[in-house]
Amino acid sequence: MYAFNYQNPKSVADAAAALSKGGDAKLLAGGQSLIAAMKLRLSAPTDLIDLGGIKELSGIKVEGNNISIGAMTRHAEVARSKEVQAKIPALASLAGGIGDRMVRNMGTIGGSLAHNDPVADYPAGVLGLNATVHTNKRKIAADDFFKGMFETALAAGEIIVSVSFPVPKRAAYIKFKNPASRYAIVGVLAAETASGVRVAVTGAASSVFRVAAMEKALAAKWSADAVAGISVPADKLNSDLHASAEYRAHLITVMARRAVEAAK
Amino acid sequence: MKISMTVNGKPVSAEVEARTLLVTFIRENLRLTGTHVGCDTSQCGACTIHLNGRAVKSCNILAMQAEGADIVTIEGLAKADGTLHPMQEAFREHHGLQCGFCTPGMVMSAVDLVKNHPNPSEETIRAELDGNLCRCTGYHNIVKAVKAASAKM
Ligand SMILES: Cc1cc2nc3c(=O)[nH]c(=O)nc-3n(C[C@H](O)[C@H](O)[C@H](O)COP(=O)(O)OP(=O)(O)OC[C@H]3O[C@@H](n4cnc5c(N)ncnc54)[C@H](O)[C@@H]3O)c2cc1C
Ligand code: FES
Ligand code: FES
Repeated sequence: MYAFNYQNPKSVADAAAALSKGGDAKLLAGGQSLIAAMKLRLSAPTDLIDLGGIKELSGIKVEGNNISIGAMTRHAEVARSKEVQAKIPALASLAGGIGDRMVRNMGTIGGSLAHNDPVADYPAGVLGLNATVHTNKRKIAADDFFKGMFETALAAGEIIVSVSFPVPKRAAYIKFKNPASRYAIVGVLAAETASGVRVAVTGAASSVFRVAAMEKALAAKWSADAVAGISVPADKLNSDLHASAEYRAHLITVMARRAVEAAK
Repeated sequence: MKISMTVNGKPVSAEVEARTLLVTFIRENLRLTGTHVGCDTSQCGACTIHLNGRAVKSCNILAMQAEGADIVTIEGLAKADGTLHPMQEAFREHHGLQCGFCTPGMVMSAVDLVKNHPNPSEETIRAELDGNLCRCTGYHNIVKAVKAASAKM
């Protein structure tokens, strides 16, 4: 790991100020993706701004028909939260299935979303549940947030503050995980929300995406059979040593069926 | 940079480079070499310690992220008079180790597991220990040890 300057601000405003000082400054959340990348010298920031000391960034709040989760809230806290378990069990189970217990004790929702790993779980949760990402500058709808592989709508100097999830009528997330890394080979979140049916797929392509044909079929009839005959073309899907594009296409339909079945 | 924290109940402080990993600080500055480095890529769990009561992989955390924290390593688990923690005792009793390399991380992870899942089923133990790899035992006796310890914790 190359050397860097370390800063430990106590407020979002101070973190934003430190971030805009020039140089190649980066935010540090749980470090579960960033520190690994820095060790490999894939990432070499000049300044590291640790969000760990900023109290206002963590915690889970119920706000009317929404659950708001602070950016620094750890995966384990979301998985264990009584509020999330009661109102959006799909989200609690998604968070509880990320990596392993030690990763869940450090990794944060803000870090996961900003990183936008194509095989990460939270992107499917945010896109499938039609959540809104709140930053220190604006609100970004899920449909506008994920831009491509490791790419998001966040501008330089922008900090995720919280993510607000509207409580769905029903939802479930099912993933076919890589048994070694636990990341998604394919993960599907199917939800019936106030703004319509949504089906979000992670792990399969360069970034999370929705499947319009499945959403339409489920809007007509919420049943596993409705999606059983719908497949996503393999030509834009990933092929790697874990799974071919054709196999991923097959898994999308299977995971979607199971998610619809689970979201009773 | 100056860093201070409590490790196994004792306040410690030192001057470190910002890029120092927590595991390096524990092993090289504090000379607490019970915490092992198996992979250094956050896969194996051999470096698991408790940070403010949560099990975490110390190879994937900066020492600075633990500034002011309360840390427990494998050395801090037994009582001062040498009486083993029920989890350590159960690993011994049920032969939950062979070479012992993974054991400090396994034990620290298992203690956290039982704290969050009192009286866990075999299935829960297997699922929740998936961040700790063991090359020797085939896990069977580890699972037995965790189950036995959970009854005594
Ligand atoms: C062994 C292992 C297994 C894993 N398995 C899974 C898995 O199964 N599923 C899964 O989804 N993930 C998995 N992960 C990744 C894990 O969920 C990470 O926690 C997550 O990807 C990054 O979160 P973090 O808090 O650690 O962020 P960091 O690593 O600290 O940061 C990641 C990036 O986000 C930026 N960032 C952080 N916070 C903010 C913010 N508030 N605003 C703007 N930018 C920010 C940082 O600058 C950095 O670029 C795994 C990780 C490991 C080590
Ligand atoms: S040494 Fe930390 S996880 Fe392997
Ligand atoms: S006992 Fe040898 S690695 Fe687990």
